[in-house]
Amino acid sequence: MTRRQREGSPWTGFSAVFLKELADHLGSARMRVLEWLVLLTGIAAVVAAIQDFRANSGQDPFLFLRLFTYAKDPLPAFVSLLSFLVPIVAIGLGFDAVNSEFARRTLGRVLAQPIYRDVLLFGKFLAGVATLTISLLALWLLVFGLGLVLLGVAPSTEEALRALTFLVIAIAYGAVWLAVAILFSVLFRSSATAALAALGVWLLFSILWPILVPFAVRILVPSELDLAFGIPSMEQLGLQLSLSRLSPNTLFGESVLAVLNPGTRALGLVFPSQLRGAIPGAPLPFEQSLLLVWPQITGLIATAILLFAATYVVFQRQEVRA
Amino acid sequence: MMTPDLVIEAKSLTKRYPGGKVAVDRLDLGIGRGEIFGLLGPNGAGKTTTILMLLGLTDVSEGTVRVAGFDPAREPLAVKRRVGYLPDAVGFYDGMTAFENLAYSARLMGLDRKDSRERIAAALTRVRLSGSADARVATFSRGMRQRLGLADILLKRPEVAILDEPTSALDPQSTHELLQMIREMKADGMTILLSSHLLDRVQSVCDRVALFNRGRIALIGSVPELARSVLGGGYAIEIEAAGEGVVETLSSIQGVRRVTREGGHLYRAECDVDCRSAAAAALVGRGVSLLRLAVREPSLDAIYTHYFEGAKDDKAAA
Ligand SMILES: Nc1ncnc2c1ncn2[C@@H]1O[C@H](COP(=O)(O)OP(=O)(O)O)[C@@H](O)[C@H]1O
Ligand SMILES: [Mg+2]
Repeated sequence: MTRRQREGSPWTGFSAVFLKELADHLGSARMRVLEWLVLLTGIAAVVAAIQDFRANSGQDPFLFLRLFTYAKDPLPAFVSLLSFLVPIVAIGLGFDAVNSEFARRTLGRVLAQPIYRDVLLFGKFLAGVATLTISLLALWLLVFGLGLVLLGVAPSTEEALRALTFLVIAIAYGAVWLAVAILFSVLFRSSATAALAALGVWLLFSILWPILVPFAVRILVPSELDLAFGIPSMEQLGLQLSLSRLSPNTLFGESVLAVLNPGTRALGLVFPSQLRGAIPGAPLPFEQSLLLVWPQITGLIATAILLFAATYVVFQRQEVRA
Repeated sequence: MMTPDLVIEAKSLTKRYPGGKVAVDRLDLGIGRGEIFGLLGPNGAGKTTTILMLLGLTDVSEGTVRVAGFDPAREPLAVKRRVGYLPDAVGFYDGMTAFENLAYSARLMGLDRKDSRERIAAALTRVRLSGSADARVATFSRGMRQRLGLADILLKRPEVAILDEPTSALDPQSTHELLQMIREMKADGMTILLSSHLLDRVQSVCDRVALFNRGRIALIGSVPELARSVLGGGYAIEIEAAGEGVVETLSSIQGVRRVTREGGHLYRAECDVDCRSAAAAALVGRGVSLLRLAVREPSLDAIYTHYFEGAKDDKAAA
């Protein structure tokens, strides 16, 4: 592509694309199904937790936050559910973002209007993020309301701040998966292929990655300690941590752990699977917790931006014709 | 340098796809204001590619283009604001109504709500779809979709309308309606570039045509001009006349090149201009009884087959 001096506002048409896509998402049957799925499972997890809390009304100063992290068999904790379901919703929103325009033969007509090509992509991306925000906010408010009514205690300011941060992290996490889905919607002309590819990546990171990483580490950095006693060396643990942090699921799990569990003092060798395990020690103040997870949060946002940039480059080079 | 009355101007325009395929090869083209220009050629000739370059929707490999005074590669928005485009096999959002589809286009154009409402109503009336404004596009026939595509263009009130294969897959009635609407657009002062692989379909609306094959223009001009240069004679007149010396009389008329007797009372004269009245006067003056006199428009089909016989093997791509 030749470098071009842009004339006119680069944002021309953005609001038109954004509003149309948002209306499409909010009115679509697909979105309604996904929303009900998340809503029902989320509520089930929270209500189960509340019942337990009432039975043994603990003296936990952060009782409200425990709503999000408490797991009562056989239900997983609310955050674990989200870590699983948010990617599915995001993929559901994005997997046919661009290829459906090709399939419907609307792309040429839309791009012949006075807008830049990236505005179409950006409008679709942000409309997806807005839809995620709306659904997650609704869910979050519901959990909050259930907590207020059923627990009968009001959250402290600190708890509210932490819960709000958790909401932001969940949105950033969703944005990453939305970017993955939109990238595939540009790469593959068939939306079924794009959906499968995105779900494949999701499976890789949510199920295979935690299994693969320790394996890979053993092969990459053999250690005698490990061979003899099955105790991993520090070097191995370091690599394992770095590798697992390549997964957005790890970033989400770690940051949520630290934010919702004020007792978390470090995110060294703690894994999201240990989310339930309370770490002994005095709780950190909110600012300290935020500082702790800052790299994770920026990591999630940076991943979303990088994926979007890659999508932009691919889309810009594509022919308008199907 | 730009010629001021040319709305579309291409100089040595070339498109090379990655992989080396040259889809458009040093094309020179000038289309004047208010013209209906036909880009005619078989499938794979490079018509769509040319159109996409005019709109700035695909990169130009070499050469220069100006549309409505702007370079589509440098100032795409300026061009797109002035040019309406009907893509080949145009598509709409099926779940939305005709009105909603046009309203989306109007918002992309930056029209305000009131203005867009008025323009949409006017455009739908023009293409005789006002009765279906609130019907979902999924229920539309092919002909209605094409007309909605024209409405999409009318909405913009463009200087130039570029229509890619507007009549393809339409039945004769729909084709006729669509061509009539294209004529009305011209009457409004729009410049129109249309492409087609069906020559006889569009020859009646085109002021000028370019015969296009394998990325190159073989011939360019009005239909009678092309007929003259390709087929020799510009007009063919059929005469039915009873009497003596018809051939000699007709041959003596200025502008007539050749007269043949087709058998019985039927004669055929090839001439440079339409010389029916001269022929009638001369024959009647000779005391011949004139039974019938008809002009046969030169057919693009004849020109087409003449020019594109060798193109049959190039049908692979759409
Ligand atoms: N994206 C592409 N990559 C490579 N070749 C292409 C591409 N698009 C079109 N072509 C080739 O360019 C030529 C012209 O195509 P096109 O402009 O669609 O012709 P027409 O519209 O006249 O049927 C065809 O031979 C086609 O195969
Ligand atoms: Mg074509």
